[in-house]
Amino acid sequence: MKNSIGREIPDELLAGGREIFRGNNHRDGYGYTKAGPKVRAAVKPQESKVVPTLRAAIEACGLRSGMTVSFHHHFRDGDYVVNMVMREIEAMGIRDITIAASSVGSAHDPVAAMIESGVVTGLQTSGIRGRMGEVVSHGKLATPAVIRSHGGRVRAIEMGEVHIDVAFIGAPSCDEFGNARGKGGKSDCGVLSYAMVDAKYADRVVVITDTLVPFPNFPPSIESVDVDCVVVVDEIGNAKKIASQAIRISQDPRELKMASDCARVMAALPYFKDGFSFQTGAGGPSLAVNRFIEPVMRERGIKMKWALGGITKPTVELLERGLIECIVDTQDFDTDAVASVHENRNHYEISTSQYANPMNKGAFVNKLDFAILAALEIDTDFNVNVVTGSDGVLRGAPGGHPDASAGAKCTIIVTPLVRGRIPTVCDRVVTVTTPGESVDVLVTDYGIAVNPSRPDIARALDEARIAHTTIEALRDRAYGMVGVPDEIAFGDHVVAIVEARDGTILDVVWQVEAHDA
Amino acid sequence: MEILNAAVAGTLESSDVQVSVEPAEKGVALDLSSSVMEQYGRQIRAVVLETLERLGVASARVRVVDKGALDCTIRARVECAVFRACGADAAAKNIPWGGVVRE
Repeated sequence: MKNSIGREIPDELLAGGREIFRGNNHRDGYGYTKAGPKVRAAVKPQESKVVPTLRAAIEACGLRSGMTVSFHHHFRDGDYVVNMVMREIEAMGIRDITIAASSVGSAHDPVAAMIESGVVTGLQTSGIRGRMGEVVSHGKLATPAVIRSHGGRVRAIEMGEVHIDVAFIGAPSCDEFGNARGKGGKSDCGVLSYAMVDAKYADRVVVITDTLVPFPNFPPSIESVDVDCVVVVDEIGNAKKIASQAIRISQDPRELKMASDCARVMAALPYFKDGFSFQTGAGGPSLAVNRFIEPVMRERGIKMKWALGGITKPTVELLERGLIECIVDTQDFDTDAVASVHENRNHYEISTSQYANPMNKGAFVNKLDFAILAALEIDTDFNVNVVTGSDGVLRGAPGGHPDASAGAKCTIIVTPLVRGRIPTVCDRVVTVTTPGESVDVLVTDYGIAVNPSRPDIARALDEARIAHTTIEALRDRAYGMVGVPDEIAFGDHVVAIVEARDGTILDVVWQVEAHDA
Repeated sequence: MEILNAAVAGTLESSDVQVSVEPAEKGVALDLSSSVMEQYGRQIRAVVLETLERLGVASARVRVVDKGALDCTIRARVECAVFRACGADAAAKNIPWGGVVRE
């Protein structure tokens, strides 16, 4: 059955009550009862929840074959927790596990072998990269992986579509009762936003830390009232990879030109006024936009009220210079962002539900003015792909892209027209992760295109004498340089379901044949 | 053109292509790998074979390792490898500028 963006969704996937995507706001006003965890009460006073080993924690939580475990990705490529827990689970002879992570990456290559051996048979995540992306794309996972946006994951958990049996929450610091924070340890990640829903909705919650601190570890991101046990290990991750040195602002003239053009587009729109709000991705050109809006803000004497999302140094600098009133933070990408969320009183940690859950009573993304984001591919319907490479293999993450772009009044995609020989602007993206109705403007190094659904934006650009063209013209320009790409030959087996934010099916990812490596 | 010795042109940098040619008994044997095989493998193969034909190469073993090069780059690298393979001394003065080397 075709969904509203023309993607064919196999009928067998719709058998279990799943629905096809019918537009961003199709489920507006939908009523439901939230799920809840099974709680094992700790009535009898206890001094400590610390257990001697990870295995003791897994045993105490009654984890057995067929269950679902969860993880967060605040430690990014420096994470040791997922591999540590999964190796212990494998060693205990437990099989048929579903991993429900906020994201997984190349740090988790060892889990790929567990997919092939049947220790892991289900995977629910935002990102998927490296070896795991390959084995899933080659059809080795027993069930289709489910790819969700950050907001979509919280929604699925709160609505009970994903039930977490045991949550394993890595924390830079924790006290003996389970109050956990993103700071105060050897490997600070700043915030624990992604893990908050796990703590509230999992039956059992294990905090894993390498820095046990005196009780109470306050104010906590994860509250002791939700925590069953605490495990102390040598290292939760590689500190250098958890919070990297600040990513340098790009010196690439092509990226700087796109960033500069993006800032000109922003400045030409009515939303660019005192008190505006803004979210930017952590990619080169999106990051550089921070630099280019600063002089325009100073010139016009306006300030940003709030900046949202994954935070990096350029945003922190705007806060420190008084050009942003506050930062509302769900993830920290560098040491400057980590330091700021702990030291600057106008820099706040929020939960991922507050950030982006489409089916609570209104998330922060819904009040965004601008979202500045990247794309691996964008097609002439403005649909964006950020999850599959040009060879059809899973190697990306929707992350907050579908959330921020659905919420923002103006979503601008900043991306080069071609990358090597691969055209970024194309007839039809391999996989849709963000529907075109969420995207308003495309800025490339060869020109700007406005979604025809936004004539108001086109008029504003005309008034500001900013040249723009059609997305079809940009596609033709790309194809003129690199040639028209052939369609990828996929198998007939679905390896992953891409859920829209509201839980309907946006697209599916088909199996690719293993290539000579 | 007759392939007399083995020769290489191009690099393995992104957006380049490395072309190796060797003498062969009969016919053209093409071994192609590419970072953009799924979407452009067919077109790369066609460009390489067209270029060899234009240069009049009837027999050669050709190995192409493509890193996402554009067609113009692929043509240039194939031409260069073939001229280098036509006898070292003859190569420089025999390049048919404005003849079969064009576009």
